[in-house]
Amino acid sequence: MTARTLYEKIWDAHVVARQGDGTCLIYIDRHLVHEVTSPQAFEGLRAAGRRVRRPDLTLAVADHNVPTTRRTDANGDRLPVADPASAAQLAALDANARAFGVRYIPDGAVAQGIVHVVGPEQGFTLPGTTVVCGDSHTAAHGALGALAFGIGTSEVEHVLATQTLRLAPSKTMEVRVDGALGFGVSAKDLILAIIGRIGAAGGNGHVIEYRGEAIRALGMEGRLTIANMSIEAGARSGLIAPDETTFAYLKGRPMAPAGDDWDRAVAWWRTLATDDGARFDKSVTIDAATIAPTVTWGTSPEDTAPIDGVVPDPDSFADPAKRVAAAQSLAYMGLAPGTPLRDVAIEHVFIGSCTNSRIEDLRAAAAVIGQRRVHGGIKQALVVPGSGLVKRQAEAEGLDRIFTDAGFEWREPGCSMCLAMNPDKVPPGERCASTSNRNFMGRQGPGARTHLLSPAMAAAAAIEGRLADVRELIA
Amino acid sequence: MKGVVRITGRACPLGLANVDTDMIIAADHLKTTVRTGLGAHAFAALKGKGTAIDDVAYAGAPILIAGANFGCGSSREHAVWAMMDRGIAAVIAPGYSDIFAGNAFKNGLVAVELPQAAVDALMVGAPDADITIDLETMTVTRGNLSFDFTLDPFRRQCLMEGLDEIAIALREDAAIGDYESHAPTLGWSMGRAFTG
Ligand code: SF4
Repeated sequence: MTARTLYEKIWDAHVVARQGDGTCLIYIDRHLVHEVTSPQAFEGLRAAGRRVRRPDLTLAVADHNVPTTRRTDANGDRLPVADPASAAQLAALDANARAFGVRYIPDGAVAQGIVHVVGPEQGFTLPGTTVVCGDSHTAAHGALGALAFGIGTSEVEHVLATQTLRLAPSKTMEVRVDGALGFGVSAKDLILAIIGRIGAAGGNGHVIEYRGEAIRALGMEGRLTIANMSIEAGARSGLIAPDETTFAYLKGRPMAPAGDDWDRAVAWWRTLATDDGARFDKSVTIDAATIAPTVTWGTSPEDTAPIDGVVPDPDSFADPAKRVAAAQSLAYMGLAPGTPLRDVAIEHVFIGSCTNSRIEDLRAAAAVIGQRRVHGGIKQALVVPGSGLVKRQAEAEGLDRIFTDAGFEWREPGCSMCLAMNPDKVPPGERCASTSNRNFMGRQGPGARTHLLSPAMAAAAAIEGRLADVRELIA
Repeated sequence: MKGVVRITGRACPLGLANVDTDMIIAADHLKTTVRTGLGAHAFAALKGKGTAIDDVAYAGAPILIAGANFGCGSSREHAVWAMMDRGIAAVIAPGYSDIFAGNAFKNGLVAVELPQAAVDALMVGAPDADITIDLETMTVTRGNLSFDFTLDPFRRQCLMEGLDEIAIALREDAAIGDYESHAPTLGWSMGRAFTG
């Protein structure tokens, strides 16, 4: 048999039928459903008199609209959601999940959280599976060696009704990271640097497989951070081959296989890694040692620079379109070319989102904070755990006290300030150091200015009141 | 979905290029739970700017004529839902964003691509003349003006027979069932999500 990549093996294992035009009907093993992109899909099923084909392979959980402030009163009863439109979407998910009998983690359950945190945490996401969700950051699940991608509402309905999607195969791209990451450099710095290197369209039409020594050395949380941002590099999905790190992470998770099933599953998962000699359509190699703690300065995730660098001059870009875009970015961001990034004062800090709200992320931020306090110039500093289980674990380790003693707010799980669909927003013209994944204009609220960075770098920024080099705080 | 072979009616000559999804439906409306009811908010960003959107002569017109790169911006399907809820059944433009064209097709909105010159010809003198879009003959006609267009054969068949993609995939029900009986990822049991 010819040598195949991880992507090709998963694709081949999921072909239900080949259509004449080169597309295939692909089986979907796992479908995550949240409140924003699903109501019209369930409505469509109802109108057509259709059922959910595999409610057992579907997992619904609310995340985008949920407020992250206290959710229950003194008696433990659910406090009403103030925004009526958000409340209606949350109520619709609850009603639809129950009416169609899909697996459901209700609002208020300890396991509730951001879909992309919950899937791996529950063992719902598994190596070699196809995973979809009506959200573009579904790529995150690729960290476990699952082929995972975001879909639109009509496709959500298609998967609910048929458990399949009609898809054309993607091209493959290898991003190989050799060597080891330096002191104070994390997975977030690595993925920001990769996007900076290959560009926000660098992965267009491709599925990226992250490989090499530096990727293998990452824990599951770091791998999830990397795969999560594949979409910011233009790729539809990102993959990391399952290995001992993956198996150790999954073993014993509630929805993962157990007993003999576990052994059979692991045996199959071990066969999935890209064969020696398999061909990628495109390859990029990066030396991990060249990467410094990284931040974004503009309004595209490719606008990255090392923390010891400066805001670039738009004229320094060769591409005329990029020159225009950079000038617009800097006007929106209120930054002058040549400004050292370490001189950029910030007013908000957000530690959270499906990119960086897992336990390792919170540990990394808390380790930087230690006994220190949030700088007086910071108006709001939020820590929003990715799920109720992450929150509980962090509290058991005393991390919540480190954050609250320092002056951070310790919130309930949800998407929060990542996209400003719920009450957590950055006011117009104000600047936020954020561990989320998108720095688009208005993403964190109209006029909000976002600098993407790692949890440790966000903690450093909170302490200094400006973008700061975490290496100087932990040296 | 109902099949469409022919759409006849007035055509609103908007003409504008790069109409993005924010102009079609503002982000504030993403919190809706139904596909209907967005028509009242469709093209809100263009109202009062002197475009044909404001012209009462085209209220309820089933066809919209627009410029190049129609539907660029975000992937939100709400843009298509809002247009259809406003009573628009077809768009004629020199080109569409890929995602918009896909979303339009998935919802049965006919997106006809004609060269700019043909679009310009249709833009003139349209208020009381009906346009007919015929998927059978693949022509757009108004009076003695007539233009041919092409359509992906799969999409054309779906639109004409009113087949949504789900109905087509469900024809493979036996193949899906067969796949499920030997799927590598379905061969082990799945526990329950922890909900405590
Ligand atoms: S945290 Fe942000 S990116 Fe992640 S699922 Fe929520 S809104 Fe999407």
